[in-house]
Order: sequence, then C-alpha cells, then structure tokens
Amino acid sequence: MAMQPAEIEALIKAALPDAQVTIEDLAGDGDHYAATVVSEAFRGRSRVQQHQLVYAALRGRMGGELHALALQTSAPA
Amino acid sequence: MTNPVFERIETDINANPVVLFMKGTPVFPQCGFSARVVQILSHIGVPFKGVNVLEDMEIREGIKAYANWPTIPQLYVKGEFVGGCDIIMEMFQAGELQSMLKEKGIPVSAEA
Repeated sequence: MAMQPAEIEALIKAALPDAQVTIEDLAGDGDHYAATVVSEAFRGRSRVQQHQLVYAALRGRMGGELHALALQTSAPA
Repeated sequence: MTNPVFERIETDINANPVVLFMKGTPVFPQCGFSARVVQILSHIGVPFKGVNVLEDMEIREGIKAYANWPTIPQLYVKGEFVGGCDIIMEMFQAGELQSMLKEKGIPVSAEA
C-alpha cells in the first residue's frame, strides 16, 4: 500500500508543526520519495538526529510502506 | 539480558574500523542506495567490511533497532553509526566524510 505525498506531509507536520515540507515523487510508484524538511526542531541536532525525528513522525512506515525517502533536513536560516 | 543480535553487531563494528551494513555485497550491491555508498567509499579509497543483511534476517532487523534507524544501508566508523545513504552523500559532497574519517585515523586517498 503506497503512500500519498499529502499523507507524508501531514504526518511530518503533525509531529513538527512549524515544518516547511516539500515532497518530490522520485519514481511515480508511491514509495520512492525525496523530501526537504525545514524546522526549528532540527537546530543544534546532528543529521542523524534530524532524520530520526522525521522517521519518528512517520510512525514506523519508513522502511515498510515507504521504501525510500531521500531526506534533506535543516533548521530555518 | 543483553540482546545476542546486538552483541553480534557490536563485535562486527568494533572489530572493523569501517563497516557497511548493506543489501548485497560490495562487488554485487543489490540496492541502489547501498551501491551509492559503496561507490563513495571506493572513490575515496576507504577499505570497509560489507555485511550483507539479505543473508541474515536477524541482523537485517536487529541493525535497525540497534541504531534506531529504519533503513539499510547503514555506515559505521570505529563503532559509531554515521548515517544512511542520504547522510553519507551529503557529508561526502561537503567533504565532511573525508575529514571525519581522517580525524578517526582512517586514511582517505583521493581528495574528492
């Protein structure tokens, strides 16, 4: 069961309310996406921690329903 | 009671300076993301141990719990989780991967 971009965005925003999220469908098959996420929650955190926050927001779908999500995370400039 | 799978993982990542948990082998990667990390490590001339998670379901699931990271590949340097494909690519492009490896005493050949 693939995921829709809007669903991914909604999950991320539920966990990171201030996040600006852009999602790109890499393969058109609903489970290969690239996403950039900008949120204050990332400030001062390592890349691994930033990505872990996004994976936690996706509540276990990452690696299952969502096979690939190329992530670019950063705090607002 | 310690987790036997975690112990196996720890033995591997402490016995080898650079370990890549991947799908497939360094010579025959079976996933685009794993292949990309293999290419980067080969490009900067860093020898590493490839662990094919497709041949060991316990490790395949165990490594995700170990690092609290849901996907493969996963790169470990001197026992420490560094990141998956995205992070390794980002670090490589920024030259951070090369400097981090040198700091940990791992020779890097090409100044990519």
